[in-house]
Amino acid sequence: MSAPAAAQIEVAGLVKRFAGVAAVADLEFAVAAGEIFGLVGPDGAGKTTVMRMLAGVMPPESGRIVIDGIDVIADPERAKQHLSYMPQRFGLYEDLTVDENIRFYADLFEIPRRLRDERIGPLLAASNMAPFRRRLAGQLSGGMKQKLGLICALIHTPRILLLDEPTTGVDPVSRRDFWRILYSLRESGVTILISTAYLDEAERCTRLALLHQGRLKYCDTPRRLKQLMPGVLLTIASPDARAVRDTIAGLEGVSGVLLVGDGVRAVVDDEARRLPELRRALASAGVPFGAVARTEPTIEDLFVALLRQDEEAA
Amino acid sequence: MFERIWHMLVKEFIQLKRDRWARFRLIVPPLVQMLVFGYAATFEVYHVPTVVLDRDHSQESRELISRFSFSDRFRVVKIARSDAEVEDAINRSDAALAIVVHAGFAELLLKGQSAPLQVIVDGTNSNTALIALGYLNLIVQQYAADYGADLLRRGVGAPGAGIVQVGIEQRPWYNADLNGRWFFVPGVVGSLTLVLVVSLTASAIVREREIGTLEQIMVTPIRPAEYILGKTVPFFIIGLAEVALVALFGTLWFGVPFVGSPLILLLGTCLFLLSTLGLGLLISTLSKTQQQAFAANFFVLNPMFTLSGFAFPIASMPEPLQWLSYLNPLSYYLVVIRATFLKGVGLDALWPDLIGMTLLGSLLLGISILRFRKSLD
Repeated sequence: MSAPAAAQIEVAGLVKRFAGVAAVADLEFAVAAGEIFGLVGPDGAGKTTVMRMLAGVMPPESGRIVIDGIDVIADPERAKQHLSYMPQRFGLYEDLTVDENIRFYADLFEIPRRLRDERIGPLLAASNMAPFRRRLAGQLSGGMKQKLGLICALIHTPRILLLDEPTTGVDPVSRRDFWRILYSLRESGVTILISTAYLDEAERCTRLALLHQGRLKYCDTPRRLKQLMPGVLLTIASPDARAVRDTIAGLEGVSGVLLVGDGVRAVVDDEARRLPELRRALASAGVPFGAVARTEPTIEDLFVALLRQDEEAA
Repeated sequence: MFERIWHMLVKEFIQLKRDRWARFRLIVPPLVQMLVFGYAATFEVYHVPTVVLDRDHSQESRELISRFSFSDRFRVVKIARSDAEVEDAINRSDAALAIVVHAGFAELLLKGQSAPLQVIVDGTNSNTALIALGYLNLIVQQYAADYGADLLRRGVGAPGAGIVQVGIEQRPWYNADLNGRWFFVPGVVGSLTLVLVVSLTASAIVREREIGTLEQIMVTPIRPAEYILGKTVPFFIIGLAEVALVALFGTLWFGVPFVGSPLILLLGTCLFLLSTLGLGLLISTLSKTQQQAFAANFFVLNPMFTLSGFAFPIASMPEPLQWLSYLNPLSYYLVVIRATFLKGVGLDALWPDLIGMTLLGSLLLGISILRFRKSLD
């Protein structure tokens, strides 16, 4: 969890309480230039609150936020010149057209007309939005709305992009478009902080922070995080997955039992010891089952396992 | 600075242009309200349903009763035969007024003595009752005067039966016919503007907060004052147009005179709009949802309306309520608007009200600009 040398975003000792309840507690992390840094965690973990504080639209109770060398808490307006923030809820005007929304945001950022056209063209092209310039934003699909939001957020060429669950409710094709744009932005040197509820997306980030109940639980690259997986993930193929689940749930050393398409997945603390026990239990219960295989955990498996481990420890 | 405000204005008017319901709301309800008030809101009293019980059955009593029948202020709906019938008519609201002529009425008159006439009035609506009694007095006095004069001319009856009358020559200024509509129509212009501008302004910013567009605006370099001006200047323009529309309608349709200076009305309206915009903004900074703003509008606007002198004279209110009217921009504006419509007086008479509105407007606007933050909490 070491802070990279050239940190573009630095957060330390960040605290925010709502009505006395800590929404964010003593948060600390740093993001290097050119990273796509993912903020993941269950609903209510405090992701949106963190995003809003970083964007300078919500003053924290205490702590320090430095973005691109600017103290966001002391001078949010100057920081806003360099960062861009896309709220989770679509924040553009649904009764304005795509063009009118873009123009309005360009006007607010005082982008000269000539420069504006140079920027808008490629952005529209990259997001496949060019044919919809005259459509009202309210009549766009969820994915197109998010792409429009991204265009408006990029109109002032920010160096830091804060995206709060930008792909929630977005179809897979638009999501792919969206990520393609993010990668090309990263190549041009933009630092991206993205929160997401889709853990398959989390794997695309350079680093991940797992937030739970306002606290930072884990923060590392996806590859190294997976090594934290407690125990081994097994997939048990079976024509009667429910029976398998009911039989093995509650066995000692077995946790996270989950129905999947072709059987059941479960985490065991000690493969050598639990595997024979599992087979015996299933056989004696007369439950039919096929192959039992070790499975590479996804980030989702990992986080579910990590959070359960924490709960048991508590 | 001005460019950003201009861009906000352009945006607001594009949105207004696309919002059919908003356009409807700006034009139809105000005109309907003007029509309703113009026709319905009147304190004048006509055709009071009246029940009559004549126990005298004399020529005199019939003559007196016929004067009521012929007056357009009263309508004799029933000739009762007993006290019970009179009571019944009033209880059932068939009649609001009862006139009972006791036996011996004509005899007393002939002797030149005072002849009592019993009048029962339904006091439920105290205002109507008072006014009806006033008209009744006029008719009875006239009858007494005519009767006395008649006795004198014929040389009958007791000496001294002729009564000396003091005649009052009424001369109401500015509204010679005491036409209630002339009083109400300019008032409607003021109260409509208050309700419309306060509620539009309050809901405009709260709406952006609610649908999430404000959060996106907050990360742009726009200054709070730029945003607020961009949001309120459209309603200032709309407010001016609204006053012009409703005032024109009032003068053209209802024939209410406009004898004053349009420039003074314009000045007064501008100052009044400052207060209404400030009030709307204040409500919007205190509300999180449009529903809260709506409730706040209701709680603020109703007392303002009641304590403005729109219908009930401020001078008749208890003193603490009269002090409150000094904090009410509508009470100043009603003075200005009635004065420009009916009296035609100038700045020399209206400056205290104009200054009152200026102070209230700056105070309300100042507080709400200071309260508006470019942040969520």
